[in-house]
Amino acid sequence: MSGVSVTKDVQDAAGAADDLVVLSNVNKHFGALHVLQDIDLSIARGEVVVVIGPSGSGKSTLCRTINRLETIDSGTITVDGKELPSEGRELARLRADVGMVFQSFNLFAHKTVLQNVMLGQLKVRKTDQAAAHAKAQALLDRVGVGSQAEKYPAQLSGGQQQRVAIARALAMDPKVMLFDEPTSALDPEMINEVLEVMQQLAREGMTMVVVTHEMGFARSAANRVVFMADGKIVEEATPEQFFSNPRSDRAKDFLSKILHH
Amino acid sequence: MFDFLNSGQYDVLGAFWVTVQLTLYSAVGSLVWGTVLAGMRVGPVPLMRGFATAYVNLVRNIPLTVLIIGCSLGLNQTLGITLGGSNFKEIGFRLAVLGFIAYTGTFVCEALRSGINTVPVGQAEAARALGLSFFQVLRLIVLPQAFRAVIAPLANVLIALTKNTTVAATIGVAEAALLMKEMIENEADALFAVFGVFALGFVVLTLPTGLLLGWVSKRVAVKR
Repeated sequence: MSGVSVTKDVQDAAGAADDLVVLSNVNKHFGALHVLQDIDLSIARGEVVVVIGPSGSGKSTLCRTINRLETIDSGTITVDGKELPSEGRELARLRADVGMVFQSFNLFAHKTVLQNVMLGQLKVRKTDQAAAHAKAQALLDRVGVGSQAEKYPAQLSGGQQQRVAIARALAMDPKVMLFDEPTSALDPEMINEVLEVMQQLAREGMTMVVVTHEMGFARSAANRVVFMADGKIVEEATPEQFFSNPRSDRAKDFLSKILHH
Repeated sequence: MFDFLNSGQYDVLGAFWVTVQLTLYSAVGSLVWGTVLAGMRVGPVPLMRGFATAYVNLVRNIPLTVLIIGCSLGLNQTLGITLGGSNFKEIGFRLAVLGFIAYTGTFVCEALRSGINTVPVGQAEAARALGLSFFQVLRLIVLPQAFRAVIAPLANVLIALTKNTTVAATIGVAEAALLMKEMIENEADALFAVFGVFALGFVVLTLPTGLLLGWVSKRVAVKR
């Protein structure tokens, strides 16, 4: 492939010492399909990295490998200096420090909104009931669904459910938040309410990895844009650089399809 | 025609009470054993998965009569296992309950496993992403939703179990079917009346079970 250039200037500027999540030489296959090919990616503390790319490019898989919801075939992934354990208690402990927000919300359907946000605190962090309740309510208020605390997820709109899911992840005081296409399953008018919560998180300095098709969010909230295609990281750049002057042909082609219509 | 009921010779209620006790102990035991089996079948340990799969496929395909007689002749008379019972009556009852649990547990397991399949993968993923362990995910997230989805099938299993307890008569447990056999011998002139009494007795036991659990299954269904 000609015209493919991997740029790392932004990342170098951030400084390797403060890298929170480091993927090096990560490979993964789904059967014959090589979905992740020699992925090297470092995410600095407090950095917001937006991963974009055409469907099937491996961006969701990349996101899910960071807390090992997807296993990898080779390479290493470290979170806060510790390599991902393969199974068991150690892995569970690490996952507790990595918040995850899913495309399909995945709120626990048999529990109320409040119970959803309290569960991890009670069962993983072993917080006492009163403190967990107070924190859950505060987080729900913060994402604007405090009045829905006693409802079940199915009684909420998609946008409200996704904001609860963000609150549920935040309740664990994660070091990094992963967003796997958080707005892709939402009705158009509900996308903004979720993006606003994410913008606010980004401003507060949360380390975030966001897989999304929302170019507006990438422009305004990202420190760095990672463009993936066919299982490879094709380009990394600041949003201004990437959107105004993409270097690779693949990125130019992708942007021309989504930005001009 | 129903004079035999007033003769004082037969304790019909007492016999049905034994049936109810057999059913209750076996139901609780089967629920626990079936849940353990289902947990093994969906678990990450290959040895446990293999064991549970083999167990279910073997035991559910053995006729219940063979299992119950096996418990009595094999476990008790050959190996001398009494399960803590001190007389013939107690030992027979306990062996029968053991046989029913071994057998019905497989049906509970399979019902529950189909319930687990109704729980979207994302539910378990979200739970794992929070840092819950495998057992916590199963106990707090997956099984509660799976149970709610399979209350109606489990009601079928319970109804079948209630009627299956009649097999305990083959090893001399004094439940309804054994008394019926005795009455058929003694009251040959009122065969249909005897049949009617016992048929009605079982319907009285199982009909409310089905109706109640059907209602419960609607009440607790998980909305998605």
